[in-house]
Amino acid sequence: MRIHPRYTQRGAIAVLGGATLLTLLILAFIIFFILEKGLPGISLSFLTTNPTDMGRAGGIFPTLIGTIILPLLAIIIATPLGIFTSVYLSEYTKENKATRIIRFGTDCLAGIPSIIFGLFGYIFFVVTLGFGWSILSGGLTLAVMILPTIIRTSEEAIRAVPKSYREVSFSLGATSWQTVKKVILPNALPGIVTGIMLSIGRAIGETAAVIFTAGSSLRIPSSVFDSTRTMAVHFYILAREGISAENAYATAATLIIAVLIVNLSAYWLMHRFIAKRS
Amino acid sequence: MFKKILVFSSALLLIAIMWGCGKGKTSITLAGSTAFQPFAEKLADQYMATNNNVVITVQGGGSAVGIQSANSGAAQIGMADLVTLPKEAKDLTATVVAKDGVAIVVNPLNKVTDLSTDQVRDIFNGKITNWKEVGGIDAPITVVSREAGSGTRSSFEQIVTGINLKKDALIQDSNGTIRETVANDANSIGYVSHGLINEKIKALKIDDQECTVENIVSGKYKLVRPIFLLVKGSLEGETKNFIDYILSDEGQKTIKAEGLLPAK
Amino acid sequence: MKLIGEKGVKRILMLTAFSAISALLLIALFILNEGLPFIFKYGVKDFLFSSDWNPHLGKYGIYPMIVASLWVTFGALVIGAPLGVAGAFFLTEYVPKSIMRIIKPTIELLAAIPSVVYGFIGVMVLAPLIRNNFGGPGLSLLAASIILGIMILPTVISISIDSIMAVPQSYREGSLALGATTWQTIHMVTVKASKSGIIASIILGMGRAIGETMAVIMVAGNSVNIPHSPLDSVRTLTANIALEMSYATGLHRQALFATGVVLFIGIIILNSIASVVLRKRAVKK
Repeated sequence: MRIHPRYTQRGAIAVLGGATLLTLLILAFIIFFILEKGLPGISLSFLTTNPTDMGRAGGIFPTLIGTIILPLLAIIIATPLGIFTSVYLSEYTKENKATRIIRFGTDCLAGIPSIIFGLFGYIFFVVTLGFGWSILSGGLTLAVMILPTIIRTSEEAIRAVPKSYREVSFSLGATSWQTVKKVILPNALPGIVTGIMLSIGRAIGETAAVIFTAGSSLRIPSSVFDSTRTMAVHFYILAREGISAENAYATAATLIIAVLIVNLSAYWLMHRFIAKRS
Repeated sequence: MFKKILVFSSALLLIAIMWGCGKGKTSITLAGSTAFQPFAEKLADQYMATNNNVVITVQGGGSAVGIQSANSGAAQIGMADLVTLPKEAKDLTATVVAKDGVAIVVNPLNKVTDLSTDQVRDIFNGKITNWKEVGGIDAPITVVSREAGSGTRSSFEQIVTGINLKKDALIQDSNGTIRETVANDANSIGYVSHGLINEKIKALKIDDQECTVENIVSGKYKLVRPIFLLVKGSLEGETKNFIDYILSDEGQKTIKAEGLLPAK
Repeated sequence: MKLIGEKGVKRILMLTAFSAISALLLIALFILNEGLPFIFKYGVKDFLFSSDWNPHLGKYGIYPMIVASLWVTFGALVIGAPLGVAGAFFLTEYVPKSIMRIIKPTIELLAAIPSVVYGFIGVMVLAPLIRNNFGGPGLSLLAASIILGIMILPTVISISIDSIMAVPQSYREGSLALGATTWQTIHMVTVKASKSGIIASIILGMGRAIGETMAVIMVAGNSVNIPHSPLDSVRTLTANIALEMSYATGLHRQALFATGVVLFIGIIILNSIASVVLRKRAVKK
């Protein structure tokens, strides 16, 4: 039996379109569910006061600090490493065994579950190096975690810089490094920034690795050797321990808004980048 | 452009490191038992209010983390809520600062109000699988337990005795999540720290003894375990002062007001 | 930079380039160092294939966790892969480019929502739904599969879209010129040409599903149990580590690191397969 192509075409549109619609509905549901329950709890005082009674009352100010400082430290460490690596891979070597090993390592690192990063960070930074549960341990662990994303996106961005740019620069007598610094990096910058923003999103949302390395202290940290609690961890503890549903929802809503802002700016940058290039 | 980013980030890093130095306060870290964590936070706040040369940080992590971190120096004080301390804790000075009752809890919709120790054992071992066998409605029992190694679980198992937890019991990793799971599922049974009982769950009478402060103190209610603070070497300096404060009348009053039982 | 000179710059860049690989080696070293001795002491066979996990009795068999991890991942793929691949084809082949450019990043936003939020919604919405309609405790293999299926959607969709877009436009034009409908073009031409990219997207989604921890702890119920039905509660390898780490001492702690070793090796194998598949595609191009 053969079904007329017109019907298979219609069937395909119905099935594929239905699947797409379902995906979009799930996304919308998750975001609305959290925002609807959480937005009423967000106020200026919620964001700027300290929690009291384990977070049952009061605001989330220390976790806001933790959420800013921890990804920031991770980015400061991972960005130069990631960019240098991608420059080396794309500008300074040909494809050979070494680059293949580096790429394979990067891919593997990208696929490692965060709980393994947590275990590693705990024994290496917290115990072996003696940093304790601290912003430093957490930041370094997150840095290792986001490094592959930064390498990958920077490499894509650098490769997207037209070959002719490099040729012009070389023909003017510039060295490789001068070409990288003056021509390639400025042109690849928006793509690199996108990768950084995506990494920030991942670092902000991480829980497992952070609990094991940065701890969950609710105090405002006074040095990088102090423990801290990010919003994601705070939400996890509030929701799991049943401390306060209202504050949990409000924290989750703040977190989602923060992640949305970071991601939207990443896409906006990427879009501008594409528009500028074409 | 690139150089600017580099300079900026190294400057930030430098500031971050400088910020780490130049503080003259004594710092004490507590880590371990999640059951005692909220109490430790509260006690730390009170202590710091009158002793502003000390900064006390409280971490969770569980009793094992408490023992390890006291041993390794990651924390000055470890917190543990085990009936018997493991051999890893042999070099640590242990002080009992509080006691805690373990309540057997069900959903408030459950008609059952009391069980015998034998029934509790049979339910957790999977011999009794339906609420109607113990006077409830005809519904399968969902058993909720803590993870292996948990202080609350080992205390529960040591006191009830003969527990060989049934394979399909749900496992949750804290008192709070057990409470939430039981509060959400009308047919479940679990056990939590006495201090965590609220209106969302119902504590059962065990062998006709209600889980109340009076019954725990008088010894009528049997499910009780100690909470230890562990310090490497001997007690001295600010660490000793803080533990002394917890054992003082004021500290013990806080412990009692928040739902735990005083050490003595 | 002039001080260092070109050769110096190259050397510095080369050093940093090995940062990722040295991080990987460092992680491997530390995890293996903590976990491997235990595996050999306890016995590879007993550790991997015994289903008795009873740390206080000195029994450490992770077979139920391995089975559960595989089932949960399989379940997530059954839910996430068809939805994701179908969505990717619909967005690339049926929807105008301008609309796709808005929808694709929107779907990628799903990837940026913290996993604990997914887990929480699983506990609050999905688990009661399953408990009330199908019975069982609600926190189950099914709940975990659905939540993970949703979590891998963005990975599957976004990488599939990239590989479908990479199919040369001339292939499609050829097919359409022969009078084929869009659907015929998809299943006779585009699917074949983008197959390896789609498989890679599914493998990467699989990696994410195996590795997810917090969301699974929240919704899977965590019984050490070989599941007999999707409504049974299960514990995955990742959940085992995160659940028991906080109270583990001595051998128990080593056993959890050993669980990490098994997970680590599994993920590395999976990634190697993915990178081979992806490289094949690059070579073909």
